[in-house]
Amino acid sequence: MSAAPARAASSGLLTGSGASERRLPWYHLLVTALASIALAAVVLVLLDSFSIGALVVLGYVLHLVVGYSYARAREGRRWAADRLVTLLVLGAFAVAMIPLVSLLWEVVARGLDKLLNPYPGYFFTHDMAGVVGGMASGGISHAIVGTLLVTLGASIISVPIGLLTSIFLVEYATSGPLRVLGRGITFLVDVMTGIPSIVAGLFGLALFITLTGDPGIRIGLMGSVALSVLMIPTVVRSSEEMLRLVPMELREAAFGLGVPKWLTIVKVVLRTSIAGLTTGVTLAVARVIGETAPLLLTVGALPLMNSHLFDGRMQTLPTFINSQYRSGNAVCNSETVTNPITQMQYACSTTINYDRAWAAALTLILIVMILNIAARLVSRFFAPKLGR
Amino acid sequence: MAQAINVEDLNIFYGDFLAVEDVTVTLQPRSVTALIGPSGCGKSTFLRTLNRMHEVIPGAYAQGKVEIEGQDIYAPGVDPVNVRRRVGMVFQKPNPFPTMSIRDNVLAGVKLNNKRLSRSSADELVESSLRGANLWEEVKDRLDKPGMGLSGGQQQRLCIARAIAVKPEVILMDEPCSALDPISTLAIEDLIHEMKQDFTIVIVTHNMQQASRVSDRTGFFTISGTGKPGHLIEIDETEKMFTNPTEKQTEDYISGRFG
Ligand SMILES: Nc1ncnc2c1ncn2[C@@H]1O[C@H](COP(=O)(O)OP(=O)(O)OP(=O)(O)O)[C@@H](O)[C@H]1O
Ligand SMILES: [Mg+2]
Repeated sequence: MSAAPARAASSGLLTGSGASERRLPWYHLLVTALASIALAAVVLVLLDSFSIGALVVLGYVLHLVVGYSYARAREGRRWAADRLVTLLVLGAFAVAMIPLVSLLWEVVARGLDKLLNPYPGYFFTHDMAGVVGGMASGGISHAIVGTLLVTLGASIISVPIGLLTSIFLVEYATSGPLRVLGRGITFLVDVMTGIPSIVAGLFGLALFITLTGDPGIRIGLMGSVALSVLMIPTVVRSSEEMLRLVPMELREAAFGLGVPKWLTIVKVVLRTSIAGLTTGVTLAVARVIGETAPLLLTVGALPLMNSHLFDGRMQTLPTFINSQYRSGNAVCNSETVTNPITQMQYACSTTINYDRAWAAALTLILIVMILNIAARLVSRFFAPKLGR
Repeated sequence: MAQAINVEDLNIFYGDFLAVEDVTVTLQPRSVTALIGPSGCGKSTFLRTLNRMHEVIPGAYAQGKVEIEGQDIYAPGVDPVNVRRRVGMVFQKPNPFPTMSIRDNVLAGVKLNNKRLSRSSADELVESSLRGANLWEEVKDRLDKPGMGLSGGQQQRLCIARAIAVKPEVILMDEPCSALDPISTLAIEDLIHEMKQDFTIVIVTHNMQQASRVSDRTGFFTISGTGKPGHLIEIDETEKMFTNPTEKQTEDYISGRFG
């Protein structure tokens, strides 16, 4: 190892002809990695505390030393530093992936079975009417419809308000008193970003109680209003950034052709930034679609399908998960349970509530994923065309 | 169709900063006027007041009179949108609309204004504008491809085609060739020569050969120091400006003894 710097120095020409300056093929590092893991395994067995987790961690730490020393001896100081930093970055990446992967794994492992049995789609097409105790039936059709409707309502309220606000901030609040007003709005939007979701729920509840005078009122629209309080600031902020990215030259090009300002905004600014705007709106939707607290307060819960956004309680996925999980283990006194409405008999399962909760969680993740994919397709479709 | 522009006592501001002071000048119809002068003396600023593009910048405004066809474009009640339809502009950096095809870029002035055109008259307008900008032969087979896919020089000619497609009376050009190679530059200079049959053209340039090649009259702007307003020192026949200018400052600048 001590010879390496000397050799590196002696061959320190730009050509890098010396062996110590040449980058070795990747499998050299694979060999050192395997050696490190083997070493770690030996150490762990000797200490009598072998486990896969400990092996990976110790092997990684050992390889920081082994790989670096090897690279330092064979490849020189600069490549060794490169190897070391690459290893550290990979390590950080792996650590960052742990929660994500384990979460997905956990949800799929616990939820998938329920989505596929008794047959795929059963869970999506049935509600919880008459489902009692450990009855191994029931589904979330009502909760899916509720979540989609409430979130759609929130989007219909938030997207126009948010988008118009950001247009005002970027295109109109540029000088004079409007600029001062714009600063004030930006400040309020920042404050709104920090509102706890439960407070948004209380706002929705209080608003409708005040309007109707009925303290027990629960309707889907109230949830939409509460969620839009959370959604508007996100939409304003992301759209504002996207609109500011549109180069001033494009606006001037349109003005120079005698296009009025409002048409320039609609047909040039919005058209150019629509890909980014869609992404921003999707992120805002993903942000609120899993909200639980405000919906518990405003929309309540209902075991049946209710697709009237303007009338009565609704079930939503997050509140469904919450209530199922809180019900805990069911008690099974006999092999089967009878649905009091349909008179059908079903098997009894003690873990059914947990199963439903996890399956609903998986469904929620799937919905968000589908939304993201749809947004990507929209972005790609509208993205400015640069090629020939 | 082409119109003279009368500028009287024009002062141009960015907020509190007086950028150009007291310009009085007449720009002749059906001719090319070149504006030259050191960087920062207010050539672009002045040019942008001729189609009320200056006020697009927050806090910027102009005082004085700019008359086109005897009508003051800064009079109260004049809609800047109508002014810009009569006075077109080509910018220093080519700026085709990235979301539009070549054809749509040429038709942008029509389409963005929500005007309807029959398919055949649209085709005619596209062809005549692109021919007018000397670009037709190069792009006629790929009109539906994105405008951003053209080379820089082609993009600039596309922007010129886009400007003449709205049939303005005056065309303003701010260093239209500064991002282009000598061949594209020559193409655009030839184009300017042809275009002056129909338009009043005002062009800003840092290239004195270019000014002497393309223009009939040349105006010289300068500033006496940083933070001071720019002035129009002298404007005259190009020939006279480059051989025998009246003002000492002009002569110094043209012969390279500036600053
Ligand atoms: N958006 C702006 N806000 C404030 N001041 C500006 C702005 N644009 C230009 N100025 C100032 O106005 C003066 C004239 O600028 P202008 O761009 O008209 O110069 P120019 O003659 O076109 O220079 P160049 O040859 O470098 O393009 C300069 O002092 C400049 O700093
Ligand atoms: Mg300039």
